[in-house]
Amino acid sequence: MNTPDILKDTVVFLAAAVISVPLSKKLGLGSILGYLLAGICIGPWVLGFIGDPEGLLHFSEFGVVMFLFLVGLELKPSRLWAMRSDILGTGLAQVLFTSAAVAAATYAFTADWRLSAMAGMALSLSSTAMALQAIQERNILSTPAGEKSFSVLLFQDLAVIPMLAIVPLMAPLASGTVTPEALSAGELGAAASLWTFVKPVAVIAGIIAAGLVLTRPLFRIIASSGVREIFTATSLLLVVGIAVLMDSVGMSMALGTFLAGVLLSESEYRHELEANIEPFKSLLLGLFFISVGMSLDPTPITSSPVQVTGAVAGLMLLKGVILFGIARFRRMDNSQSLTSACLLAQASEFAFVLFGMARMNGVLDASSVSFLNVVVTLSMLLTPLVIIAHDLVNRRLFRVVPKAGPQESFHNLEDSGIIIAGYGRVGQIVSRFLHTCHFSATVLDHDPTHIEMIRKFGYKVYYGDVTRLDLLEQAGMARARMFICAIDDPDQALAAVDLVQKHFPHVQILSRCRNLSHLFGLMERKIAFASRETFSSALEIGVEALRHLGFSHYRAVRVSQRFRRLDEIGNDSLYAASRADQDISSIARAARTQLEEQLRSENAVFLEHPDRGWS
Amino acid sequence: MTARKILLNFFHPYPTRSHIGRPLRDAAAGVPGVVVNDLYETSPDFFIDVKAEQGRLLAADVVIMQHPMYWYSCPSLMKEWIDVVLEHGFAYGVGGTALAGKGWLSCLTTGGGAEAYTHEGSNRFTIRELLAPFEQTARLCGMRYLQPFVVHGSGRLGSADVERSCKQYQELIGLLRTGSIESLEVKPDEHT
Repeated sequence: MNTPDILKDTVVFLAAAVISVPLSKKLGLGSILGYLLAGICIGPWVLGFIGDPEGLLHFSEFGVVMFLFLVGLELKPSRLWAMRSDILGTGLAQVLFTSAAVAAATYAFTADWRLSAMAGMALSLSSTAMALQAIQERNILSTPAGEKSFSVLLFQDLAVIPMLAIVPLMAPLASGTVTPEALSAGELGAAASLWTFVKPVAVIAGIIAAGLVLTRPLFRIIASSGVREIFTATSLLLVVGIAVLMDSVGMSMALGTFLAGVLLSESEYRHELEANIEPFKSLLLGLFFISVGMSLDPTPITSSPVQVTGAVAGLMLLKGVILFGIARFRRMDNSQSLTSACLLAQASEFAFVLFGMARMNGVLDASSVSFLNVVVTLSMLLTPLVIIAHDLVNRRLFRVVPKAGPQESFHNLEDSGIIIAGYGRVGQIVSRFLHTCHFSATVLDHDPTHIEMIRKFGYKVYYGDVTRLDLLEQAGMARARMFICAIDDPDQALAAVDLVQKHFPHVQILSRCRNLSHLFGLMERKIAFASRETFSSALEIGVEALRHLGFSHYRAVRVSQRFRRLDEIGNDSLYAASRADQDISSIARAARTQLEEQLRSENAVFLEHPDRGWS
Repeated sequence: MTARKILLNFFHPYPTRSHIGRPLRDAAAGVPGVVVNDLYETSPDFFIDVKAEQGRLLAADVVIMQHPMYWYSCPSLMKEWIDVVLEHGFAYGVGGTALAGKGWLSCLTTGGGAEAYTHEGSNRFTIRELLAPFEQTARLCGMRYLQPFVVHGSGRLGSADVERSCKQYQELIGLLRTGSIESLEVKPDEHT
């Protein structure tokens, strides 16, 4: 029986990843290098398990696409706006200077202006996937180096648009003569390029408009269906759909999904989207790095090793120095500038696209493209090593130690470290009350119509199911100090409490409880505090009833306080009895009778002298 | 002159059990120009609305603090009232002149007889001495401390006694309304 190729390939990929990644991590080389090496091994030139790396590269680019979506989700639009000077300033400077420098250097060696121009443009870009992955692994996104690098990467994504337009314009005319056909072809080319500019802008505008208007109702409808996997499907559809749309107009897919992510970063569905996309992103990103490794064609290396080495070293040095210079110019300190330079010194996978396009348009020949591709791939392969070297230098020179912490999200957890599950009648009061004392909690709820209504009042609520571990993680439970369970359904509430206690034992748990059995469940789990949701209100009504029946206010209040205390004691003994497996119902009945008798026997004295104090 | 406005702050946790306190309060309520403020009724959970209380004080010229003597002092809610209502900057201290010149009358009901409240008696201290904290509180707030109205032996009062005391209380209040306050004032160096 013939196993379809895709299954065979999948086995190969997974095996390669499973073997190489743990190994490379053990050796301190990081996971990316592991994936890259795995790719090289299984690719057509070494072990030859996989035949066609290019199709794979395009498919696994979705890993990068999803990655950028998640990054966008964590980035508030206001923060993005605040970064605009970095994006347009540092980013523009980097692209311009690097393109110019690389082009000049290439021209000095080859005297071919087309080759120089293409090399300059394409090699000025850096690999978003590698740089961002390194940033996130080291938790440095909020440092100057992280922010600057991120801004530069964002600008590069924008710079791609004019580059794509320029490539066809560089196509050489037929030998010498200016023919009408060539002219009109040139004109057509120009017109096509203009359209190439307009289309992307229109698409971006369309995405923004749709994102602002359509997504919320869409998600609400899907979420109301209650079928969890459909929400996952919708998340994927959103990401892949936007990516495809952007691709169809020749734009960077990752830019589109990044924008979509930013638009949704304020949405109540953010945590749910993150939880859904994250597993796909991790796997696909790994696959992406594997396919980069696989596309390393060693022919140029073997035929002209000196040139290749020189080109790669030269490129990375040039880019690094320019980046360092720009960073210092923008007043970043030495250590941060060095970090920035090391993160972005490599070439981008997008260069493959540009070179491929150049070849199709006759701007470059096959051997040039092959050479350039090798340079790109090698620079990417070297990046993890460069970064490791940078860590060492940083430690020695600047005494900076990189922190390898869990993935830090910008605003996943409100500063107070409080997470409230359930935003119904209980959750709202607790949240409002804490808010007045300057403690803002992250609030999660599972009812989309409810959330929509609440959000109109300006409250910040996120959609999510707290009985799911991945959602709790996304919401920031690892760094929370308190979990307030305000869910009304006792089974769900206890499930959530169990989950939190199991995976986040350091978190204090406070819970509402619906009835006695729920209370006993909570007492058994020894949470910090449980409150019977209707008891106090009922007692308040009782106090008012007594007042209307002639009791003075103070007397009524005092009686109710005693009643509450006695009831609590009764519950404690009931709980003890339940644990001893005794028959609760009869004990409950006995306890109630006892309580009434106690109050009534005190009554004779009680009604006249509720407090046996003075007089 | 226009009649003075009287605020009666009444402190009794169980007025239904009260022999003399409640009748006195009801008698005072019958005098025009008297506002009765029953603190155990309005603040049974000991949460006092400070702004509202201060507003009442500002609107009054004479403040009567009526309470039974509990353990040689006042019921705890009255202490709470004193602690939270008489704020720095309102009642005393820098800018604390809101109560300056207003009268303070302690209206006190005791279980023990008059003879007990002497140096030789069972309670060993005089009423003046036992009311010293309240007197000094009033003085610090710039108020005029008036001769307290005291009814002793509350448990042994017959209805005629109660009626007589109520009448006396009403007359005193009438005096506070339109008469001379100086005559009622206790001079600081006076010893009774």
